[in-house]
Amino acid sequence: MSIDLTIVWAFIIAIAVFAYVVMDGFDLGIGILFPALKVGEGRNRAMNSIAPVWDGNETWLVMGGGGLLAAFPLAYAIILPATYPLVIAMLLGLVFRGVAFEFRWRDPRHRAFWDLAFSGGSLVAALSQGMILGAILQGIEVSNRAYAGSWWDWLTPYTLLTGLGTVAGYALLGACWLVWKLEGEVQAKAYRLATRAGIATLVLMAAVSFYNLALFADYRARWLEMPNILFASQVPLLTAIIAFLLFYGLRKRWEMAPFLLALALFLLGMAGLGLTIWPNVVPPSVTIWDAAAPHRSQVFMLIGAVPILPLILAYTGWSYYVFRGKVGAEGYH
Amino acid sequence: MDFADPLMLARLQFAFTVSFHFIFPSFSIGLASYLAVLEGLWLKTGKPLYLDLFKYWLKIFAVAFAMGVVSGIVMSYQFGTNWAVFSDKAGPVIGPLMAYEVLTAFFLEAGFLGVMLFGMNRVGRKLHFVATLMVAAGTAVSAFWILSVNSWMQTPAGYELGANGQFLPGPSWAAVIFNPSFPYRLVHTVIAAYLTTAFAVGGVGAWHLLKDRDNAHARKMFSMAMWMAALVAPVQILAGDQHGLNTLEHQPVKIMAMEGHFESHPDGAPLYLFGLPNQREKRVDYAIAIPHLGSLILKHDPHAPMAGLDTVPAQDVPPVAVVFWSFRIMVGLGFAMLGVGLWSLLARWRGRLYRWPWLHRAALAMGPSGFVAVIAGWVTTEVGRQPFTVYGLLRTAASASPLQAPALAASLLAFVLVYFAVFGIGTWYILKLMSGSPHPGEKGVAATEEGPIRTAGIVPGPAQRVGEEDGQ
Repeated sequence: MSIDLTIVWAFIIAIAVFAYVVMDGFDLGIGILFPALKVGEGRNRAMNSIAPVWDGNETWLVMGGGGLLAAFPLAYAIILPATYPLVIAMLLGLVFRGVAFEFRWRDPRHRAFWDLAFSGGSLVAALSQGMILGAILQGIEVSNRAYAGSWWDWLTPYTLLTGLGTVAGYALLGACWLVWKLEGEVQAKAYRLATRAGIATLVLMAAVSFYNLALFADYRARWLEMPNILFASQVPLLTAIIAFLLFYGLRKRWEMAPFLLALALFLLGMAGLGLTIWPNVVPPSVTIWDAAAPHRSQVFMLIGAVPILPLILAYTGWSYYVFRGKVGAEGYH
Repeated sequence: MDFADPLMLARLQFAFTVSFHFIFPSFSIGLASYLAVLEGLWLKTGKPLYLDLFKYWLKIFAVAFAMGVVSGIVMSYQFGTNWAVFSDKAGPVIGPLMAYEVLTAFFLEAGFLGVMLFGMNRVGRKLHFVATLMVAAGTAVSAFWILSVNSWMQTPAGYELGANGQFLPGPSWAAVIFNPSFPYRLVHTVIAAYLTTAFAVGGVGAWHLLKDRDNAHARKMFSMAMWMAALVAPVQILAGDQHGLNTLEHQPVKIMAMEGHFESHPDGAPLYLFGLPNQREKRVDYAIAIPHLGSLILKHDPHAPMAGLDTVPAQDVPPVAVVFWSFRIMVGLGFAMLGVGLWSLLARWRGRLYRWPWLHRAALAMGPSGFVAVIAGWVTTEVGRQPFTVYGLLRTAASASPLQAPALAASLLAFVLVYFAVFGIGTWYILKLMSGSPHPGEKGVAATEEGPIRTAGIVPGPAQRVGEEDGQ
């Protein structure tokens, strides 16, 4: 039996994207929620809870981009021009968000400005990422190995919906992270924010799911026809169970579980998306095999990725472990 | 220049974002190593002075690194946004190298950065030193991979051409990675990063010596920086010469442009010290030249014949004036660095290293020289390989994304505005940190919080200063 490396690489890229979405997702979510937190202690603690890890989290975005170029160069070459304004907006948003981590401490007199840069940058980045996702799902016009659509193809009600869904989902992750890492008044606030963000996330997830059915006959067949439906229907079913547990946990003031349940929601969302577009990487016409790098490239990268990725997860885990526990008044001492 | 031409706009944008980005790693590669040396010396000798210097430069590193990260993420997507055809065609070969850069370098530096910045009291000295070493290793490994990619684009090797127009990897990845110009470019660039840091550190040390020649911390950093300048600047000139000979072998047209050799010289080529290359008339105006020196340097024989741009089809000639001048700026700064290094040796020998204000003024003036030299060198090699993205095989004009001029113009404008504002302010913060005098009991990143009016000594930092009311 030979293993199809194209499928292996599709899963590795999917894992990288998932790692990025949930890890930088809660960083960006905290940025999105920043205006709702009190100036002073609330914001400082929230910022401190992610200061040591945000950079590592963001690196998964480089892995997603670099990995896509390496493993599926054609997909990289089509998606980026097709979503050009969104990619630029995302990158500039991340510039503001990233430097704010350092700059707000360097210049207390302009902290209000850097706080705005932090939340504005996070919001723009999250919205752009969600809309890029939507722009891929709704299909990209391709001819002759290149993007063949027009300027504004990426802007539709559907992409707005996926963009808002991503913003709400990140806010949920961020709020649940704060619930876990903080205590006292800020934590109480985070519980309220998590409930609201959770409701918004579920409503938008449902809306996107129904919209998906209207996009392509293929998508409908994947979800609604026998025997697919027996398998596919598990995803919304599990989502409903997880959502119930999440709200129950938030009411019961569970501390760590809500974050893990929010992660589970994202995992299910990702599984749903995977089910929807498989085996395309650029719907409706470019499959992962069309876009895949040649065998030699796949093998060469796999030789490195197989030992190194677990190592990365190990020292990333160690870094989280070092900064474990509540970010209390005494900080990291 | 035609500003309605999408190709020109795509090139301008890429040149802008990559040049801006290049400034930060050329500093952080050297600075990360310097920090590792300082922490290592502290652990070995136990002298608090080294810890003070470590903390002083760590604060600056944190700001520079943040800017390097955010401008670097832009780069990982600019290949696709601006050069989609290039990405599709060259992706199978260069993509894996960039993936290795992420796997072996970016995660390493980012993963250990948090511990390096905030973790000293959590993990203890030894593990903290390990974290510092990992960050330093990450920056160096990153240089290895990205320069391999760049070198492959300059001197492609180890590839096959696919039926779909893609460059495909051949049987040996070593041939791709260790392509002909890579070893030279790697050595030249990494030394450049060390020199850039040495002169930045030396400039800061000199500034504080000018204000207080007895400042022990300023003395130490100045002395360390001047050792680097004196020892490494000559090595760099040698490495640059070797890199030049390698370029002559593999990219002779680039050398012709660097030298301003529009015409062939069958009896030995001159070296132009000055001149205004006139590409239309194919000559160097107002030239000041030393006869035969060009052949002597490049061929080690004053009468060796050298071909000129008259032997090259017009459509394959790079813009000569840019390459000619950026090369001279780089070389000039390199010799100025050597000069300061030798001067510091003289000062050391005469016991005046800390008491020679003119040396300190010279070192201060040379503080930013590394950055200028690095950018000038980058322009030389990148403009000099035009009009190709994959040298001799894929033209720049055939590499671009299917984008329209207004989209590119708008995003170029956005990049220019945001970069100048954000990185300008960041540079200002770095200069503010540098203007603070290094002193005993220096605070770390986590303890540099709040303005000067606060009670000194126990002011909590970003990691600690929670639970305290914010200065609004």
